[in-house]
Amino acid sequence: MSSLALHELSVRYGRAEVVHRFTDTVGPGDWLCLIGPNGAGKSSILRAICGLAVHTGEISVDGAPLRLRTPRRRAELVAYVPQQPLLPSDMSAFEYVLLGRNPYISYFGSETAHDRSMVQNVLERLDMAGFAGRQLGSLSGGEQQRLVIARALAQEAPILLLDEPTSALDIGHQQQALELVDRLRREHGLTVISAMHDLTLAGLYADRLALLHEGHLVVAGTAEQVLRAETLAEFYGVSVSVRHEPDGTVVVVPKRVGS
Amino acid sequence: MDAVVAESVGGLARRDSRGRWWLPLSVVILVGAFVLGAYIGPAGAITSANWHLIWAVRMPRVALAALVGAMLSVAGASFQGAFRNPLADPYLLGVAAGSGLGATIVFVVGRGSTRGWLIDPLPLASFAGGLAAVLVTYLVGSAFGSSNTSLTLILAGVAITSLVTAIQTFVLYRNTEVIREVYSWILGRLSTATWRDVKLVAPYIIVSCVVLLLHRRQLDVMRVGDDEAASLGMQVGRVRLIVVVAATFGTAAAVSVSGLIGFVGIVVPHAIRMLAGASYRRLLPLTIVLGAAFLILTDIPGRVLSHGAETPIGVVTAFFGAPFFIVVLMRRRLSQ
Repeated sequence: MSSLALHELSVRYGRAEVVHRFTDTVGPGDWLCLIGPNGAGKSSILRAICGLAVHTGEISVDGAPLRLRTPRRRAELVAYVPQQPLLPSDMSAFEYVLLGRNPYISYFGSETAHDRSMVQNVLERLDMAGFAGRQLGSLSGGEQQRLVIARALAQEAPILLLDEPTSALDIGHQQQALELVDRLRREHGLTVISAMHDLTLAGLYADRLALLHEGHLVVAGTAEQVLRAETLAEFYGVSVSVRHEPDGTVVVVPKRVGS
Repeated sequence: MDAVVAESVGGLARRDSRGRWWLPLSVVILVGAFVLGAYIGPAGAITSANWHLIWAVRMPRVALAALVGAMLSVAGASFQGAFRNPLADPYLLGVAAGSGLGATIVFVVGRGSTRGWLIDPLPLASFAGGLAAVLVTYLVGSAFGSSNTSLTLILAGVAITSLVTAIQTFVLYRNTEVIREVYSWILGRLSTATWRDVKLVAPYIIVSCVVLLLHRRQLDVMRVGDDEAASLGMQVGRVRLIVVVAATFGTAAAVSVSGLIGFVGIVVPHAIRMLAGASYRRLLPLTIVLGAAFLILTDIPGRVLSHGAETPIGVVTAFFGAPFFIVVLMRRRLSQ
């Protein structure tokens, strides 16, 4: 299990600074969920962690800065599930998940039997063993989403980044995907950082939430601490009622504003 | 559990092995093409009497067709992978325009006047022109955007191709007497191939093919896009650059002796994809073997249907290429 520390992380696209000096530490095995309105910088933080966005500040895994790592070594530490993954319709599910083994295959080399059996293991763990030979284009959205998670797992990285993992899924598949990530987190000791729009789901699964607004960290803490009607009204511009279930779940429900 | 895993992995190996016979089959096709190419021609089949003639005139043509066909096909497939664009061909970044301009300049200066030179300037000028155009494309791409993104490079390639073609048109306009020679060079021909041409380009083409083959797994990783490939540990810009340089060197060499033979770089990879799947691991070796066979075979009609003047090979490949695209369109429509 590994910890991820972000210190004064700033991300810039061209001349615009979209994340301002974000600082937070995610403990080993914890799940941090970034929430905030569109454009708050949630995706940018995730992209910076996997090296896809130019940034200043320190990102460290177990104390060692990621900046000093080669791309392959970084991919062994951080696995990324993008918001809109590109799934080539004419690629088989097995080949797709095998891409997750890229950090472990030498530049001119091919995958080994170990790599292939790892992929098979991951597919079985996700109940997708029967899909191995299927073309990606023939799979449903939920099945494709599970394959992207499978590919991330095949990387054997201790840190998992999920960018809006449930936005394109129906409620049943949303629960399936998040339950899966939670189960895998506990089984493999993964540290998870996700960006999510659904506040109730975020509070339900994550250990901690971090609310971002226009690139700044507004408040970080547990669901009870962060999901407050006044806070959400101020930063989302939304009118909500926040209910606390007997089992501790925080439920955020939008209110009808009309007359 | 282990038994289940073993059986599933074995099942996948079986699935792969169905595709394993493609390469041996392709080699058989290539050998067949060689035989046909060697036996069909204006001088007739090989006899002990005409063997020397055929060796000197027909065989270099067959050998060059194999080299050029293989090179253009693998370069086309590599560009399609590097730019994730199914319409990419080896001429995407300006190699064709640059080579054309180089050749045009030699023709204008006076081909006849250079006959006594130590080095034939025509292949040299077209090779240099092709490389220079791609270099300018990369420079323009990095000056006006990140040269690491495929879209920037494609746009730069379009811009440079247009510019260089415009210059070439202008030069031709001022020197109309060489238009016919230039046009015939552009259409591409293997008819004047000599063993010297083959020896000249073979090293470039072989090295280029080897480098591209070594990168086929990388091209498969790039199928998920630049961002995801980078998150999987790949240095996308660097790999793209290596693939472009290797493909460009080989293509420029091929073009310098055979002119601009079109369609091969798109038709061959696409046809193979339809039959053997889209994985570059399998596609690249097959494009080399079947691309060679394709050009050997399409070169045959040109020298047989002569009626006096040889049909340029560029015309024959176009006759294959256009219907091929129609077939692709029809298949797409049927599958929708």
